[in-house]
Amino acid sequence: MTEAVIEARALTRRFGAVRAVDGLDLEVPRGVIYGLLGPNGSGKSTAIRLFCGLLLPDAGEVRVLGERLPEGAEAVRRRIGYMTQRFSLYEDLTVRENLLFVARVYGLGAEGPARVEAALRAYGLAERAGQFAGTLSGGQKQRLALAAVTLHRPPLLFLDEPTAAVDPRSRRDFWERLFELADGGATLLVSTHYMDEAERCHRLAFLDRGRVVMEGEPRALIEALPVQVLEVDCARPRRAAAVLAATAGVRGVSQLGARLRVLLERDVAEPEAHLARSLTAAGLPPAAVERVRPGLEDVFVAHTEGRRP
Amino acid sequence: MNDGWRLRLQRIGAIVYKELRQLRRDRLTFGMIAGIPLIQILLFGYAINTDVRGLAAGVVDLAGTQLSRRLVADAEASQVLGEVVRLPDPAALEAALRRGELRLGLIIPADFERRLAEADPARPAVQLLIDGTDPIVGNAARALGELWAEGGRRVFAILTRFNPERRSSVFVVPGLIGVILTMTMVLFTAVAIVRERERGNLEFLITTPVAAAELMVGKVLPYIGIGLIQVTLVLALAVALFHVPVNGSLLDLYLAAGMFILANLTLGLFISTVAQSQFQAMQMTFFFFLPSVLLSGFMFTFEAMPAAARHLAELLPLTHFVRLSRGILLRGAGLAELWPELAALAGFAAALLGLALLRFRKRL
Ligand SMILES: Nc1ncnc2c1ncn2[C@@H]1O[C@H](COP(=O)(O)OP(=O)(O)O)[C@@H](O)[C@H]1O
Ligand SMILES: [Mg+2]
Repeated sequence: MTEAVIEARALTRRFGAVRAVDGLDLEVPRGVIYGLLGPNGSGKSTAIRLFCGLLLPDAGEVRVLGERLPEGAEAVRRRIGYMTQRFSLYEDLTVRENLLFVARVYGLGAEGPARVEAALRAYGLAERAGQFAGTLSGGQKQRLALAAVTLHRPPLLFLDEPTAAVDPRSRRDFWERLFELADGGATLLVSTHYMDEAERCHRLAFLDRGRVVMEGEPRALIEALPVQVLEVDCARPRRAAAVLAATAGVRGVSQLGARLRVLLERDVAEPEAHLARSLTAAGLPPAAVERVRPGLEDVFVAHTEGRRP
Repeated sequence: MNDGWRLRLQRIGAIVYKELRQLRRDRLTFGMIAGIPLIQILLFGYAINTDVRGLAAGVVDLAGTQLSRRLVADAEASQVLGEVVRLPDPAALEAALRRGELRLGLIIPADFERRLAEADPARPAVQLLIDGTDPIVGNAARALGELWAEGGRRVFAILTRFNPERRSSVFVVPGLIGVILTMTMVLFTAVAIVRERERGNLEFLITTPVAAAELMVGKVLPYIGIGLIQVTLVLALAVALFHVPVNGSLLDLYLAAGMFILANLTLGLFISTVAQSQFQAMQMTFFFFLPSVLLSGFMFTFEAMPAAARHLAELLPLTHFVRLSRGILLRGAGLAELWPELAALAGFAAALLGLALLRFRKRL
């Protein structure tokens, strides 16, 4: 079972008193788009840097593409592409100059310029080739960055919040490219804090305070959810939220406009009536209570709520 | 680790090429490459001129012999004095000094030749009157006076080697080349890697196959060329504007300058591995620059400094380069004679490159 391209065991990295990554276990199978989902500060970037050999762990171990880090770091570097969270190409070089630089650095030799031209076309940057990278829009910069890290055709790609500064349309286009790369046989590790993006991944891991709290295929995770999800329509949602949070069996309440989204333990029978009774008793009879299809966000809330201080 | 040298050179080439492209677009740095040498040489060559020339002087020649006339002619030829006004008696000289018309005066007594022959310190051959209100005038004139007051035949032996006219530009320029290189070379490289870190480029670069040493070499190479261009610029200006002589071999000078540039660049690299921001890199550069200028012998006579300062100065590359360039340009010495200075620079460069490589890891 060495089909895993990334294997992390009890990986830990501290910064002073902060445990950015804290006993992380992860196994990423070959050929998938693997999502690393978690809120800001949950250790996504740190985990990726550990996988790329840019940071040394304080404890635990990592194997990437069969190589143990840090010993195999140099060998791994030739076979990975790392798209940093922040744009890390040269803003004072043109789009084409940036790609040519990357091609030379990876030793693509005579083949380099042809690959650069192909990448410019494939990523819709042909008309921008002579423009300084610093003057590109957010979406164009992301495409350039992706073109740069795939120029040497690595079998493993790390993408750290690749669509953070990108409008929804460009995001969709960007994900099209990621699927193409996966179809071509590459493995992609993508960090994100967007739930809709996470749902596009083949597999994903939820990160919370440096630990994997849950792992699996998005569908399976949702189906295995130990709670049921209801939406409550009521007059004074903030008051009602407080009442519901104190109701037996409720694992979490969040407000969506005028509605409340309630996570309720699965074994509560007649859940609509259960919540309606509780609200009516507090003098806040609800206009409607209905069961809804759970999403990934509910999975995340169900597993992290209650652990938070 | 087992890649061929060809790939290594290609990667270094890629960095050099990128660096040159960026440099061409960085107006400020580009301006500094030419601007700093230009401003410095004009500043030191013209404005900060410690030469005292053309002092208004008067002479009262009571002897009127051939020897006394030669003395006056020699004083005029020294260029310290301007046109020398003849005055009839000592009282007229005193009055002109008081009015500020003259800065100094010579009184040659009637028995000048006998006094000269006697060489009695109590009875000097020539009296030199100085306007002491300006210290520079005082110093210059007093130095002149001392030469003459030594008595004997040394009266006419005003012999200053290597810079016969004692022009400060000649004395300053060789060291100035070093000062300019210290200022620009250390700063450029110190900022070069920190800037990549600050802008986030380094995080990408260190996941590529570029090795630490390749990155350093690629960053340093373009600046060696730029440094040599600066040397050429300063030298050309110095020769054209101030007639600074080039007595030694130009090849020797460029070799010395190349080694000195390398020493400064490795220092810059080291700073860039320590500094957290471009601002810090600049602070560290100036922290190093000041003692270099003050202690290297560029500003003050090396031998006149206290022992502790001299020991410290031996650790500064500029000290060695000042000796090299003065030796080659003014005394016409060759590298064969000056090799210990060159060796000191090479040692400095090797030590700092080692330190920089030790500190620079391909990690964040
Ligand atoms: N270089 C660093 N120095 C100090 N603290 C850091 C550093 N990098 C990350 N951290 C801390 O580690 C935690 C995780 O950060 P990060 O991995 O960037 O999370 P994410 O990418 O999920 O937002 C945060 O609390 C952050 O402040
Ligand atoms: Mg991050």
